[in-house]
Amino acid sequence: MKLESKSPEGPLAEKWTKHKFNLKLVNPANKRKYEIIVVGTGLAGASAAASLGELGYNVKAFCFQDSPRRAHSIAAQGGINAAKNYQNDGDSIYRLFYDTIKGGDYRAREANVYRLAEVSVNIIDQCVAQGVPFAREYGGLLANRSFGGAQVSRTFYARGQTGQQLLLGAYSALNRQIANGKVKMYNRTEMLDVVVVDGKARGIVTRDLITGKIEAHSAHAVLLCTGGYGNVFYLSTNAKGSNVTAAWRAHKKGALFANPCFTQIHPTCIPVSGDHQSKLTLMSESLRNDGRVWVPKVAVKGLKAKDAKSIAEADRDYFLERKYPSFGNLVPRDVASRNGKMMCDEGRGVGATGLAVFLDFADAIKRDGRDVISAKYGNLFDMYKQITGDDPYEMPMMIFPAVHYTMGGLWVDYNLMTSVPGLYALGEANFSDHGANRLGASALMQGLADGYFVIPYTIGDYLAGIGWNDKVSTDHPVFKEAIDTVNSRVQKLLSIKGKKTVDEFHRELGLTLWEYCGMSRNDAGLKIAKKKIQELRTEFWQNVDVVGSANELNMELEKAGRVADFLELGELMVDDALDRKESCGCHFREESQTTDGEALRIDNDYTYSSAWEYKGENQPEELHKEELKFENVKLTQRSYK
Amino acid sequence: MKITLKVWRQKSKDAKGEFKTYQHDHVSSDMSFLEMMDVLNTQLIKKGEDPIHFDHDCREGICGMCSMYINGQPHGPLQTTTCQLHMRTFKDGETITVEPWRAQAFPVIKDLVVDRSAFDRIQQAGGYVNVNTGGVPDANVIPISKKIADEAFDAAACIGCGACVAACKNASAMLFVSAKVSQFALLPQGHAERKERVEKMVEQMDTEGFGSCTNTRACEAECPKAISVANIARMNREYFSAMVSSYEVKVGGGE
Ligand SMILES: Cc1cc2nc3c(=O)[nH]c(=O)nc-3n(C[C@H](O)[C@H](O)[C@H](O)COP(=O)(O)OP(=O)(O)OC[C@H]3O[C@@H](n4cnc5c(N)ncnc54)[C@H](O)[C@@H]3O)c2cc1C
Ligand code: SF4
Ligand code: FES
Repeated sequence: MKLESKSPEGPLAEKWTKHKFNLKLVNPANKRKYEIIVVGTGLAGASAAASLGELGYNVKAFCFQDSPRRAHSIAAQGGINAAKNYQNDGDSIYRLFYDTIKGGDYRAREANVYRLAEVSVNIIDQCVAQGVPFAREYGGLLANRSFGGAQVSRTFYARGQTGQQLLLGAYSALNRQIANGKVKMYNRTEMLDVVVVDGKARGIVTRDLITGKIEAHSAHAVLLCTGGYGNVFYLSTNAKGSNVTAAWRAHKKGALFANPCFTQIHPTCIPVSGDHQSKLTLMSESLRNDGRVWVPKVAVKGLKAKDAKSIAEADRDYFLERKYPSFGNLVPRDVASRNGKMMCDEGRGVGATGLAVFLDFADAIKRDGRDVISAKYGNLFDMYKQITGDDPYEMPMMIFPAVHYTMGGLWVDYNLMTSVPGLYALGEANFSDHGANRLGASALMQGLADGYFVIPYTIGDYLAGIGWNDKVSTDHPVFKEAIDTVNSRVQKLLSIKGKKTVDEFHRELGLTLWEYCGMSRNDAGLKIAKKKIQELRTEFWQNVDVVGSANELNMELEKAGRVADFLELGELMVDDALDRKESCGCHFREESQTTDGEALRIDNDYTYSSAWEYKGENQPEELHKEELKFENVKLTQRSYK
Repeated sequence: MKITLKVWRQKSKDAKGEFKTYQHDHVSSDMSFLEMMDVLNTQLIKKGEDPIHFDHDCREGICGMCSMYINGQPHGPLQTTTCQLHMRTFKDGETITVEPWRAQAFPVIKDLVVDRSAFDRIQQAGGYVNVNTGGVPDANVIPISKKIADEAFDAAACIGCGACVAACKNASAMLFVSAKVSQFALLPQGHAERKERVEKMVEQMDTEGFGSCTNTRACEAECPKAISVANIARMNREYFSAMVSSYEVKVGGGE
């Protein structure tokens, strides 16, 4: 298989314009003869479905929640980047491109990243026209804040609820097309397979989550906008339902899966409080602007936040300030996370579990006064208190890193098409723009760029190429076969009637990945993980207990299907991490570090994206490499000392 | 802690439901309410029983999916979402009653899961600005005063959970609908269509079978996002002026 990125030739700034001109167009009168399936209606899917409906295509859209408004995108807090340069502080499309490619540690495609920066400005215009209530200055113009990894102020926000407001904007555009009859929406419906006939994606198989009915849907093209797979770790900041099933089933039907080991771990989350913990809550990264991170110099077992005062100043180790004097507490996410975990591994962690570090505002409150701190972080302090019962004005917060975002995903070319013709991936579900590490406020930008401003152009080229009569109906034997396969898998899960719950398997998988394929990885550990995951997967199919039946709302059954897929993905993540013997971005290979313990990239050997090909049940997957060419930026090593 | 739970169990939409009592002896005060339910469900599964079904997703108080009626209050005793309620709010030994949202327009699907698609249909009736992707003006072309933008945001913060309907003795959806109407009535982008919008959304609300508003303000008191009843007053004004002007159009005769 040859990987063709389809990156256009020519100067960086002209690539997208030229490419758009070269794409084939579908005649307006013919658009209504095409059907398009959009799976997932978060930022990427809702924006795509609405825009395609506006163009005149017939769209069927699917989500597993009870409404598109609940997609995980709703939870994004901080903001969305755009190179508007409204602040006159030297921002430009090129600078946003440069920051993103550098932040991704040079493991993303130049052409894609530039296009992302280019269309970012249109996103803000679009959202404002929809009535998204962004934050504003007293003069009435839009406000900006600065965000991790950038020296300019380019982040647009709507209090701490940017994702919510952007998603509700896209949802309103989607609703308008539903009302116009151009989009048919299927809520509480889960896609369980992609149907490929004659090498092209022709439709999907779904399960109605209320009645259990398994059904086929056919179309000229299928878009997967199904979000990230951070929940493979069980505990993450993702919503409980976030999963890899759609992407994984597509992978098993021929779509390559790229960079699966690139997982972003966010340093400031509320620590685990016990075995009952079901998810992790993010505390905004902005807290590190004023909070100081520390642990005691000598381990104190079970040190509570309320007793932190008893540790004298001289006995505290402000480890980020000590190790990175120039960036201090503001080092990037991966560096802060890794160092926090290191302290806990040394036994110097705090709290009942020893898996936490302090984030202390005492000095900031003394310096600026309680009112100033409260104006900046009041709502975060309240939220922290509500969840933990501790008051951050009186004692330090306790924080610990948590899985937050997955840069890996389905491999796509410049047109966002996977390696299966007619099958596309958008938003967090693809691997496209963030390389080995994503900058804050860039995921919302990418999801909306893909949905509003990229796919409406690129899909026309494919559709015009195949013609509207090139469609397969659901009577085709391959659809029937796909329905049977999905049905028998459901029956199989229900028939095992073993001794362990789905969650027990999921937790074990999560712990294994966290331990060996989390913030820091090495060859020996990864090999242990691989073996453990294989064993766990075998055990799952013999010993899982899924209660209830197939023809009703059955949330255990839904979870079981998702965990079964995570158990396969987990092994591929480990394989990918084993292959990449360099440290880059979020991926820290202990074998590849500088003498003072910092990440060391190896550009000569690893300047590629890994794209894995499925080869059959329990067969090793085949690695394809997309070599990355940098014609516009010079590769440099990151340093935060 | 130990608690006793009285939970509404209902196999499906048309099945008859009933309360079942569960003794829960392994509750930590750090658990969220939903985590407490998770642990109970694990115990039920281990005994081969069907776990209690409830909606949830983000567990961060923002998706609006969680929806339990706890001890006679939507989302329980605090003005927050069910997922942000923690067991330290309850006393050791307490009996807690858990029901689904009760409203004609929100039929029960199973146990504590209800069908809130009526909310989507109200939004589809007019909860948007008629603009296509692309071809819109620069975002800073129309300045909007900070005060208006903040007020619009306050209305737009609604998470669509339906607690307002569950709290209201008339099962009225006025708070939910007025939040969207207000957001667009405040922002210049929404002005062109404000009349049609309010008419269509109110009409759909009535079609769905939500009750009328008698100003008890129970909705505001239970809304986890503190959406204000001032929005209802604003919607009534919008509706009234829309009705007057469409009447003028109708009797006016023109072309
Ligand atoms: C707590 C938190 C805070 C964040 N803050 C920011 C921020 O400030 N700025 C930023 O840029 N990014 C942020 N992110 C990241 C960002 O929110 C996500 O990457 C982004 O919203 C993903 O959008 P999406 O459209 O790709 O997927 P999602 O919003 O996850 O949507 C997935 C959709 O797919 C559907 N789906 C999935 N599987 C199936 C299936 N099998 N069948 C049918 N439907 C399916 C779901 O129903 C849903 O509609 C944050 C993430 C988290 C967790
Ligand atoms: S108005 Fe409040 S209670 Fe009603 S749906 Fe919105 S957030 Fe929920
Ligand atoms: S689960 Fe999302 S608001 Fe409670």
